[in-house]
Amino acid sequence: MMIRSPVLDRRRFLAGAGVAALAAVAPRARADEVVDLGLPGGGGTRPVTTTYPTKGKMLLQRTRPPLLETPFEVFDRGVVTPNDQFYVRWHWSNIPTQIDADAFRLQVRGHVNTTLSLSLRDLLAMPAVEMVAVNQCSGNSRGLYQPRVPGAQWGNGAMGNARWTGVRLKDVLDSAGVQPGAVAVRLKGLDEQVMPDGPHFMKSLSVDHARDSEVMIAYAMNGEQLPLLNGFPLRLVVPGWYATYWVKMLDDIEVLDKPDDNFWTTKAYTIPDTPHASMKPGQTGIKMVPINRMVPRAFFTNVASESRVTAGVPTDLRGIAFGGDTGVKQVDISLDSGATWQGTQLGADEGTYSFRRWQATVDPRQGRQEVLVRCTNQRGDMQPMESNWNPSGFMRNVVESVALVAA
Amino acid sequence: MPMRTAVLVAVLTLATAAMRPPALAADAPRSFRSVDIDLPFGDLAPPPGPGVEAFTSNCLACHSVEMVLTQPPLPRAVWQAEVQKMRAAFAAPIADDDAKQIVDYLAQLKGSD
Repeated sequence: MMIRSPVLDRRRFLAGAGVAALAAVAPRARADEVVDLGLPGGGGTRPVTTTYPTKGKMLLQRTRPPLLETPFEVFDRGVVTPNDQFYVRWHWSNIPTQIDADAFRLQVRGHVNTTLSLSLRDLLAMPAVEMVAVNQCSGNSRGLYQPRVPGAQWGNGAMGNARWTGVRLKDVLDSAGVQPGAVAVRLKGLDEQVMPDGPHFMKSLSVDHARDSEVMIAYAMNGEQLPLLNGFPLRLVVPGWYATYWVKMLDDIEVLDKPDDNFWTTKAYTIPDTPHASMKPGQTGIKMVPINRMVPRAFFTNVASESRVTAGVPTDLRGIAFGGDTGVKQVDISLDSGATWQGTQLGADEGTYSFRRWQATVDPRQGRQEVLVRCTNQRGDMQPMESNWNPSGFMRNVVESVALVAA
Repeated sequence: MPMRTAVLVAVLTLATAAMRPPALAADAPRSFRSVDIDLPFGDLAPPPGPGVEAFTSNCLACHSVEMVLTQPPLPRAVWQAEVQKMRAAFAAPIADDDAKQIVDYLAQLKGSD
């Protein structure tokens, strides 16, 4: 397999040259246009970049490793996020930039009867499944926390919804034959740690979760092969779970006969084992557990806060919602700070794990009118009125609001 | 195929179809193109300040500068913990004296106390 990484070569170059000299060998992010994410305390200005191959306009969070945020207006255009504006997040900068589709192999090994080495053609020959599902970064909206926390300072655009096509992870595991005593399935991609002793990015699912017939290995996203930046050629899809589990460039599946103790599963991406994964800044002695299921969220997509509208004239509001690890039951809006709520009209149901459109019409009164939107999922879980907080900035799902200014 | 088996197969096929996700899109790919792209490296230089040399030589192998430039002001103790995390969890080979200089640099650039 041909895998080339520019990073290691450039690291050597970096050792002997000033950083400014690198400008000559790499595309430049153009910073003509900027977007302000409106983070509390400021510092939310991000350049709009179009320099990433296969990507259109994206908000540049970090150049290397690439962290690209979806501009929020994209979510108003439809419930499916186009591939060229689907957000991007990598952990290590050592990402293969050249992948030979014919030579690529997916290994299945460990506590199995038969070790497999599957080509993309092998996967195409298996029964195909398809699902529309939201992929959301654990730290989506992290930049909005108060007090602020370190990490990628995302607005609300570290999420996307796509139609994923691929094979069931269960079918692949069954082909290999999972042996009795298996407890976990560990998934690893082609991206590598920069420091030789650093932990290779990988994640695990319980063997039951891995075989639930919903977890899939996607080879297509919205009918196309995946963009490299979103994990070409294969990406794990873990419906209803945070994106940290959706391993990109998946090339290694290892069935374990004991719990996975690797750094990324046990230490990174942990949350307080409390309601809403919430705690107080500085609070100690809290049990931490791996992040897991997503929670419901709803957003306005056609109005920004402080939008000007005409008093007394019906104003259409719309947005998107998702239920987290189950479907959307209802989306409600409130014009009185949450004292009373009124239903909204839901759009087409594209599946349990998909974004769903909501829309409502309001008659704004003169002056400033705050509107809240809240999703309730099929289990009855609803978004909290107050934000959670934890030191990693994970699982934000506070009720969103906009202020309309009616004249 | 005997009639009874054929009926059974048909019933099973229907039952399976009912459990299946929505029909596959006609546009599902049947082949894949190899990929070969270049990614931007990140050419922003870190702002000058005491400790910038230690920051440049230790941090920029893994991160472009925006990682720090986009951070909010944070307490020195948080920066201390971040640098320690890079050393302990991510195996960054940072010498003790450099680590101290990096924390000073970050606390001066993005400090809140």
